[in-house]
Amino acid sequence: MAEAALSSVAKPAAQSEIREKVLRRFELGDQAFHVLTKSSAIAVLILLGGVILSLVQGSLPALSKFGFGFLTSDAWNPVTENFGAAPAVYGTLVTSIIALAIAVPIGFGIAIFLTELCPYKLRRPIGIAVELLAGIPSIIYGIWGMFIFAPFLQATVQPALIGAFADVPLLNQLFAGPPYGIGILTASIILAIMILPLISSISRDVFDTVPPVLKEAAYGVGCTRWEVMRSIVAPYTGIGLVGGVMLALGRALGETMAVTFVIGNAHKIHASILGPGTTISATIANEFTEATGDIYTSSLIALGLLLFVITFVVLAISRLLLMRIEGKGAR
Amino acid sequence: MSKLLRSALVVAVVSAATSALAADISGAGATFPYPIYSKWADTYKKDTGIGLNYQSIGSGGGIKQIEARTVTFGASDAPLKPDVLEKNGLVQWPMVMGGIVPVVNIEGVKPGQLAIDGPTLAKVFLGQITKWNDPALAKLNPNAKLPNTAIAVVHRSDGSGTTFNYTNYLVKVSPEWASKVGSAVSVEWPVGLGAKGNEGVANTVGITKNSIGYVEYAYAMENKMTYMDMVNKDGKRVAPKTETFQSAAANADWAHAPGFYQILTEQPGAKSWPITASTFILMPKKVPDAAAAATALKFFDWAFAHGAKQAEALDYIPMPANVVTLIKKTWASDIKDASGKPVYEPK
Repeated sequence: MAEAALSSVAKPAAQSEIREKVLRRFELGDQAFHVLTKSSAIAVLILLGGVILSLVQGSLPALSKFGFGFLTSDAWNPVTENFGAAPAVYGTLVTSIIALAIAVPIGFGIAIFLTELCPYKLRRPIGIAVELLAGIPSIIYGIWGMFIFAPFLQATVQPALIGAFADVPLLNQLFAGPPYGIGILTASIILAIMILPLISSISRDVFDTVPPVLKEAAYGVGCTRWEVMRSIVAPYTGIGLVGGVMLALGRALGETMAVTFVIGNAHKIHASILGPGTTISATIANEFTEATGDIYTSSLIALGLLLFVITFVVLAISRLLLMRIEGKGAR
Repeated sequence: MSKLLRSALVVAVVSAATSALAADISGAGATFPYPIYSKWADTYKKDTGIGLNYQSIGSGGGIKQIEARTVTFGASDAPLKPDVLEKNGLVQWPMVMGGIVPVVNIEGVKPGQLAIDGPTLAKVFLGQITKWNDPALAKLNPNAKLPNTAIAVVHRSDGSGTTFNYTNYLVKVSPEWASKVGSAVSVEWPVGLGAKGNEGVANTVGITKNSIGYVEYAYAMENKMTYMDMVNKDGKRVAPKTETFQSAAANADWAHAPGFYQILTEQPGAKSWPITASTFILMPKKVPDAAAAATALKFFDWAFAHGAKQAEALDYIPMPANVVTLIKKTWASDIKDASGKPVYEPK
């Protein structure tokens, strides 16, 4: 070592040459790394393009036969080969929206409790329990939903809902019909339970990123807990919260097994959310294996393409939301 | 999407298995006969050392795979029409039978207490009869106390041979069903809840009060469900059991059905159960691998000769002897290797 140091002091010219060599070697490594990462990123794009292409190609026979009517028609008749996506799209959107409406407030509530109010001793066990909920396979949720949750809803909650709103206009349409136990509402609640841990653990993590000094300052000037959450923590973590909700929405839109068990699988749009319905992914899962005939198979692939588009639109909207929030934050 | 992946995987597994385990018979298709095929395969393996690799991926999948010739035989609960058989160069024959029974969940009603006839059943599934105490049902069951509650209709949500046979029956007994809905492995159901698989329908009827559904006889027995008696073509009330299923098969005119295209619904006979179904085996006329085809046929021959007891124990119904004779004739005359020689000649 010392010898090397001495020699380098002795020969400054040689040293700069070595330095250049080393730098060039680094540059080469850098370039290789650059190419490697860039090609990985491009591979994703190519893969995505391939998926879109094959979805479009697969759905062409159906789309060219039904045209725009595929979106608006509520027919699903394998005998006459007449198909429409409206009930499946409706079911997908409605179950996801109801699931979010239930899971978002509860998820945020859990996260706020865990970060702000919960005694230290309880934080870890409750946090782990919430994350364990996320680890349960969806088929288990489906089986549980069908055997335990749906009969419970049928016996208690649904008759109560029907009875309570029987005389309220509009709401009596929303909660009408015989209490089957399974249906749109049951599927939505199961979905809500499934996405709850996603929302709560992501929001808990982002709440933890708020610098304590901000909160302490707010408490110092006499803010209440509610005011601190609303005016300090929520604005600071807005982006993360929206991200968590969107991730949850993505899962709700694509969830298959659990929904198939409890939604009733009927290609119909009912005014009542107690009625049976279907979703895009449930329809594909149910019917793909036995779909004979080109138009039938193609219609199912077209449904897949629609789900892809819906997910893409949702992601785009969330991007827009994030950009607006970021813009606000900068101002 | 996971189903998509799975069927891709199944294709991969099946094609890998055919090359790796040359001695084993490979087949794919209907889920309904899976329990008996695996039971037969188990015994056959003990006797001969030759195994059966049967993938129960559904009738549609079975048809697709035999059309692609990725398996030695395909299996389907719905027979292919003679012209489709011809187009794809396939031979088919019925292997074993079962019954489809209407099941209900009404408080206080026991198995076999209620009866229903075809036209009334069609009206219930069309959503035209909506209450259990409807006059049409009351007339069929003068001694039963029927509740004044809405009927919850349960049907299959997945494509299924059971649905094919059930809707085939409804088409035969109800002109309105024929014109409005029709018959296929899955149809546009006018009303009701969809449940996946026989077990799904059984469970949904089990947990939904005042519901009606249809399942394979074996599932109704296994789950101790409340089945209904039915009024058959001859106007007689019959209960679902081996005797009434076999009567339907024996009275069917197999000899004059080209390609064994015979659906066992609404068959004549005072004792015939109206919704009986057979499940079919499909094989190529010109087999790509003569040795594999001969092995498979030898297995089916063995199953016809020795498999009846096991079939009955699992609530399946063996084919009547006269039909088996016809089937064996078909093997000798129709299934040939590349040089045009029959691959297997049963004794």
